[in-house]
Amino acid sequence: MKSVMKRAMDRVTNSETNKYTVIGFRVERAGPLAQLEDAGRFGVRRLGVTQGGPADLHGWAWANHLAGNPWGTAALEITFGGLTLVAERDLTLAVAGADLAATLDGQALPLWQRVQCREGQRLAFAMPANGLRAYLAVAGGFAAEPVLGSVACVVREGLGGFDGRGSKLAEGDRLAVGEPSSAGASLNAAPDEARIDYRAPARLPLLPGAQVGDFTGQSLFRAFNATWHVDDRADRMGVRLTGPRLQCRIGSLVSEGIGLGAVQVPPDGQPIALLNDRQTIGGYPRLGALTPLAASRLAQCLPGQEVRLAAVSSEGALAAYRRFYETFSG
Amino acid sequence: MNGEGARLPRLESAGLDGWMVRLFERIEETNLAWITPMTRRCEAAFGDALVDLVPSYTTLLVVFDPLRLSPEEARRRLLALLGDLAPDEPTEGGEVRELPTWYDESVGPDLARVAEHTGLSVEAVIDCHAGTLYRVFALGFAPGFAFMGLLDERLEVPRLATPRQRVPVNSVAIAGRQTAAYPMVTPGGWNLLGRTSARLFDRDREGFSLLAVGDRVRFVPVDRTAFEAQGGDTTPMEAGR
Repeated sequence: MKSVMKRAMDRVTNSETNKYTVIGFRVERAGPLAQLEDAGRFGVRRLGVTQGGPADLHGWAWANHLAGNPWGTAALEITFGGLTLVAERDLTLAVAGADLAATLDGQALPLWQRVQCREGQRLAFAMPANGLRAYLAVAGGFAAEPVLGSVACVVREGLGGFDGRGSKLAEGDRLAVGEPSSAGASLNAAPDEARIDYRAPARLPLLPGAQVGDFTGQSLFRAFNATWHVDDRADRMGVRLTGPRLQCRIGSLVSEGIGLGAVQVPPDGQPIALLNDRQTIGGYPRLGALTPLAASRLAQCLPGQEVRLAAVSSEGALAAYRRFYETFSG
Repeated sequence: MNGEGARLPRLESAGLDGWMVRLFERIEETNLAWITPMTRRCEAAFGDALVDLVPSYTTLLVVFDPLRLSPEEARRRLLALLGDLAPDEPTEGGEVRELPTWYDESVGPDLARVAEHTGLSVEAVIDCHAGTLYRVFALGFAPGFAFMGLLDERLEVPRLATPRQRVPVNSVAIAGRQTAAYPMVTPGGWNLLGRTSARLFDRDREGFSLLAVGDRVRFVPVDRTAFEAQGGDTTPMEAGR
């Protein structure tokens, strides 16, 4: 039980937003990688600062939506598991994305739905059962000082996160949360079609890019007909795919900006799909770019998983993207 | 296959939310006089629908919000901007920044290697590197990492065969016809000549990055005493690294 004094000391004022915040969780065990992510850091890529943000937009957006938070609220991205949090107060929360065999005081935690958690309860993420990255959203959102306009944690750049220095969660950290919005959540649970089985082979829609014509005909056939395997060289910067060797008539380009989901092919012929923490510019020829939701889907794949690339039109991809956003607006 | 033809400038699809404005094929210092005004015009023309801009040596990547602006509408706007694009005056837009640099074997472990490769003395390598006024062509790789050129032809050396795992903060380096200074500890394969005392990236500074695309930069040799007085880190590179 906490004294009134202790509670008063927990109060932190976020000077940027002037929003009232309190401590929501204490980190008992940090696990390999848990980090804060809002929608990402924008407008500063010309300085060499990467985008950041949730590797899986779909899981992140659903966790926030079910917790009653508006689009862009900061949530925790938990990669692989191994994280144990102790609630420092009563909280409303939701976990979506990967099934990391999460428990609340030892009982299996239901995913893709709103859950009430009481002060003192232990929320533990074990290991991947389905997918790779789980998203924990709490009503009111996690709170931290924005750095360059965002709290998105980019470890490599030392930017964002709870300490502003890009640190992943560490044992003993105390995590601030904001005040829940008065509106609250409209849905208690995500519909079945939103709950993705990440173990199934993934079909990843890709918009062909300008250099697609520079690949040999056979390589193009293979790119879109072969089964690709997710390599263990995969992180928030990018995911390497292994399969047939693709050949491009151009070896490298003058370095230029790289968009989210860009699929570049270095001289070894094995594609790399670039994700949220990618370098801002690069010089390998590209097959094109995965749609934002395809990049999200790939971010949930474990090493060894099978994926396929599917060339799609911009019109179809845009319609799917708009449908996705409509769920979370209004 | 992209249906764009080879004429420049042209627009290339860069995903659902981006167009690559390709203005040039090759790296030339004069490219900036066109890329910089195009960057400014995009900021004005896209307003709230603009997500990010990434100018580079020959291109400008324009990232927009496809929920506010369809890719087709974004394309129309870009073509209109390109239609009457005029270059900046060559002398305009570019502050001269001075980077105080301590050139020394202890913090520039590749000085001797560069000297050997180029046939110049270490002193001549330093004079040559510090004697050129460089232009910032692009920022990328890491926050505040500025790609500068063009390096004097006599100093042209290849990258290391095996990149270093950890290049110390503020290392001054060269590769090919380019030079740069590392704003943070990262892996890196460029040849290290010394270390600057300048603070290259600062989250608390207006604009964050000391250097911006289009800036002109001079490396100013300083001795150890001056370097330390400016707050420079004299910790030597580990032997053999």
